Amino acid sequence: MRGLRRNRVALAALAIMIVVALFSGVGPWLNPNAADTLDWAHVAASPGFEHAHWWGTDRLGRDLFVRTLEGTRVSLAIGLLATLISVGVGISYGAIAGYVGGRTDHVMMRVIEILSGLPLIFFVIFLTVIFGRGPALLFLTIGAVGWLSMARIVRGQALSIRQREYIEAAIALGAGSGRIIVKHVVPNLIGPVIVYATLTVPQIILFESFLSFLGLGIQEPRVSLGTLIAAGAGEMEAAPWILLIPGGMLALLLLCLNIFGDGLRDALDVKER
Amino acid sequence: MMRYFLTRLAGAIPTLLIIVSATFFLMHAAPGGPFDQEQSLPPEILANLQRAYGLDQPIWTQYVRYLGSLLHGDFGPSFKYQDFTVTELIAQGFPVTLELGVIAMSLAVLLGVPLGVLAALRHNRPADYAAMSLAVAGIAIPSFVVLPFLGLVFGIRLHWLPVAGWEPDSLRYLLLPVVTLALPPLAYIARMTRGSLLEVLGSDYIRTARAKGLPLHVIVMRHALRPALMPVASYLVPAVASIMTGSLVVESIAGLPGIGRYLVQGALNRDYTLVLGMVIIYSTLLIGMGLIVDVFYGWLDPRVRQR
Repeated sequence: MRGLRRNRVALAALAIMIVVALFSGVGPWLNPNAADTLDWAHVAASPGFEHAHWWGTDRLGRDLFVRTLEGTRVSLAIGLLATLISVGVGISYGAIAGYVGGRTDHVMMRVIEILSGLPLIFFVIFLTVIFGRGPALLFLTIGAVGWLSMARIVRGQALSIRQREYIEAAIALGAGSGRIIVKHVVPNLIGPVIVYATLTVPQIILFESFLSFLGLGIQEPRVSLGTLIAAGAGEMEAAPWILLIPGGMLALLLLCLNIFGDGLRDALDVKER
Repeated sequence: MMRYFLTRLAGAIPTLLIIVSATFFLMHAAPGGPFDQEQSLPPEILANLQRAYGLDQPIWTQYVRYLGSLLHGDFGPSFKYQDFTVTELIAQGFPVTLELGVIAMSLAVLLGVPLGVLAALRHNRPADYAAMSLAVAGIAIPSFVVLPFLGLVFGIRLHWLPVAGWEPDSLRYLLLPVVTLALPPLAYIARMTRGSLLEVLGSDYIRTARAKGLPLHVIVMRHALRPALMPVASYLVPAVASIMTGSLVVESIAGLPGIGRYLVQGALNRDYTLVLGMVIIYSTLLIGMGLIVDVFYGWLDPRVRQR
């Protein structure tokens, strides 16, 4: 952890992230506008303090300050929840493959190899198109896709943990495989898991906003940064701030998450195997 | 090597078959069909349409028929673009997508590797920090933010390049989309090259080479770079996947007439044959890239060849 404390850039990124997250929760209270109110007096108003729309409004006169913060909240929430899902699946899968080893490991890793060779985004597109576009399904599909590299890392760790004396001791004391995996293997690989979970969050946020941009993710009247950017991309010529504000927010968030994740990885010296 | 290559090639066929079958049954299991419209069709017409496209047959018959026509290189008729076959649609759009992807991919490799080498040789100096900041930005900022932003700067403000649109054989229209697409893989490649080159430069045989008094550029070019490129080579397949996904968005923002739009549109319209055709094209590309990478691996690491 000392390595992280010395990494000023990573700490700054963490601080910015916390501020953004808190601000996305508190900010809307500071502004009188609601996310879905149409203000026909200020349509596509530019950012400024001469009216109540500090970050401007979109084509329908909806306040961008409130909408961007709400989108940030939604994107962050999806990022965290879907990461939890992919971490859960990844840990179970990787720990079993790594601990049991042998033929089981071989088959399980082969499956991962095949899956990561597939254009998974296409399957996500199908799943969302086919089974409707609710937020619950969004979590599931994104989480289901994100677990592959987590499983790989966990397996690598589990393979080396398996050789340790305390595992031998547990076997000698008569513990079953399931108990050993849950009680001894998983708790000991938490470090790398945290690192890669931190790096998974930005990937998932990116993925979600990508889907939302294509119109397959979050649906109106809910907003995420992806839907806001999609709306803004069409208005670029006349009202660039409709794109630049949510786009800048997403870029800032992803940059900070990536920088912090990298810093954490360097500090804990984790390597993908 | 040749035998290895051929076994891999043979192994690709079942993979492709699994992908095609999974897509086929997933699509057909989905509620809705290609002829759903705002106003529902009279039942007689619907029945006629379904008969014409063979949709009244049991699903297994349809499946076998589809595979049979695939063997003849026929992707079938499109359900939504009713005057076109899927083969025609793909033949129209694919060259654009391919050109975009190939240029972006080449750019990513040809700039990413030197950038990574530069960063590794200037380890912990300003050039290293600059290159790596660029790399983090390239990884973090999504294409659908980058492209409109580039369009805003170079198209709307500076008037140097067109914001969107397409003309055959004109690179002006491709430049911004290509840069946007190349950026994330470029950043990853630069980072991986830097990381693994640093690791290789710390190894014993490099120290020996230095002790012999070889100049640095000879050490890097002749001894260090080849093993350092191994992880980069294994990233090339995901890189192609990332460029493909990116091209879905980039084509739609830049208004390029590629095949990217058919995937999402086709899935939304339940245009079964079009989606299957797209999936086949994309998977074949990915699998093909995997094969190329295998050959490349053999060149990078002679030990692989012997297996």
